[in-house]
Amino acid sequence: MHGLINKAIQSFVCATYGRECWLRATEVAELGFVEFEAMLVYDRDKSYRLLDALCAELKRPRDEFLEDLGTYLVSHPNMEGLRRLLRFGGVTYVEFLHSLDDLSDRVRLAVADLTLPALELIECSPNEFELHCHPGLDGYSSVMTGLLRAMADDYGALVFLTRTGTNDKGIDIISMTLVESAFAEGRNFDLGARS
Amino acid sequence: MLNHDQLGELLGTLCPMFVLLDGDGTIRQAGPTLQKLRSDRPMPGRAFLDVFDLVRPRSITSFRDLMASDSVKLSVKFRDEPRTALKGLVSPLPDGGAVINLSFGISILDAVRDYALTSADFSGTDLAIELLYLVEAKSAAMEASRSLNLRLQGAMLAAEEQAYTDTLTGLKNRRAMDHILEHLVSSKATFALMHLDLDFFKAVNDELGHAAGDHVLSEAARIMLEETRNDDTVARIGGDEFVLIFRGLSDRDVLQRIAERLISRLQQPMDYQGQTCAISASIGTALSAQIPSMDPADILNAADVALYEAKRSGRGCHRFYCEQEKAGH
Repeated sequence: MHGLINKAIQSFVCATYGRECWLRATEVAELGFVEFEAMLVYDRDKSYRLLDALCAELKRPRDEFLEDLGTYLVSHPNMEGLRRLLRFGGVTYVEFLHSLDDLSDRVRLAVADLTLPALELIECSPNEFELHCHPGLDGYSSVMTGLLRAMADDYGALVFLTRTGTNDKGIDIISMTLVESAFAEGRNFDLGARS
Repeated sequence: MLNHDQLGELLGTLCPMFVLLDGDGTIRQAGPTLQKLRSDRPMPGRAFLDVFDLVRPRSITSFRDLMASDSVKLSVKFRDEPRTALKGLVSPLPDGGAVINLSFGISILDAVRDYALTSADFSGTDLAIELLYLVEAKSAAMEASRSLNLRLQGAMLAAEEQAYTDTLTGLKNRRAMDHILEHLVSSKATFALMHLDLDFFKAVNDELGHAAGDHVLSEAARIMLEETRNDDTVARIGGDEFVLIFRGLSDRDVLQRIAERLISRLQQPMDYQGQTCAISASIGTALSAQIPSMDPADILNAADVALYEAKRSGRGCHRFYCEQEKAGH
């Protein structure tokens, strides 16, 4: 699994639960090291062993843990760069949702060897959407659920999100109801604010 | 056919940085994004070439020439600060006027900051937002790669350093000494080489144990470093064997004094966990000038011969290599 994904988990755990927790989990998972390199690729096995160790250590179901990871990726100051890249997707939350169809291509433009599963937005009605997360990365739809929730806050939109399950093609489905697109102020996004 | 107002409206949607010009080069309408760049000064009514400086094509200085030329591509700059550069495309109108569609080109990175532009300022088909996205994404990826490279470089330097270092004493090892000697010989440098052997070291090892022996080696290394200059080389090339190389030094009196000081300091008893370790040292010195072949092996051998002489004279002695002795061995 790509180092960026592993590094994201490391960053989330260290920022949220502390470095001690991270070190214990790397030991239980028998990684043999404690720091992931963002630009190297690791065995998928290692990442899932680590996830199991973390969830056991924190006594939390994997889905919940991964949803929190998704929220962290958007809302934590450590991840401002990533939040900005996502905000380039659109001026409104709905535009952003539509840009998710291109997300895996956008990601590959930036980091050629980071392959994320395809996403597909289905517009059921003007305020009802389904996001279809194609298979390829276990737990991806959980991360996306947390991420979409945090992005709604970022845009100031009021949205209800639930993971409704997996269809017969192995596609995870997230259902969304947009209650109000301008519910709150949202966070600022300045195109020219690159650091 | 559209009238000018309808045309302006259409252009405003499709290319929000257009200017619509009269036959004499006066701006009749300007697109909303272009006007935003000079929000305090309405562009309509002003001459295009008063607002913009034509950078290319260079030969053209008047609007009339511009319209007469075949050139359709322009490169312009604002005449006032900030002097943002823009690219332009000219399309003449049947009534003698023209439409010029302007765009940022590469200056977009500064422009979004200078003018606080938002996605709404670009037309839906403009790739500006994608470009900005790519610049940020690529910079972030590049930064991550760069920091990985720095860490790998650090690890490589540390590994190389280790490969040239005797890990017990921190002195150079045999490999490093060979490199340095090779370098001195090939650059025909003047230098002196001492071969130093610790006396009674085996006894310390046997009687007081390896830990005491290791301690003695570290202490001896420290003393040798203290008694030499920074650009001299001190290497441990065997269990209790050391080589010291003095660059640019050929003065026998100076070398004699260094050797005596080394021996006298190494002879002072060392304390290891309450036990006294007593050693001494024998030294043989060869000068680069004594070895016409300038072969590293010959120089090491000469210092070895001198060391043998020193040992024959009893412990704690220093001898210079003497060319005549060679035949004797």
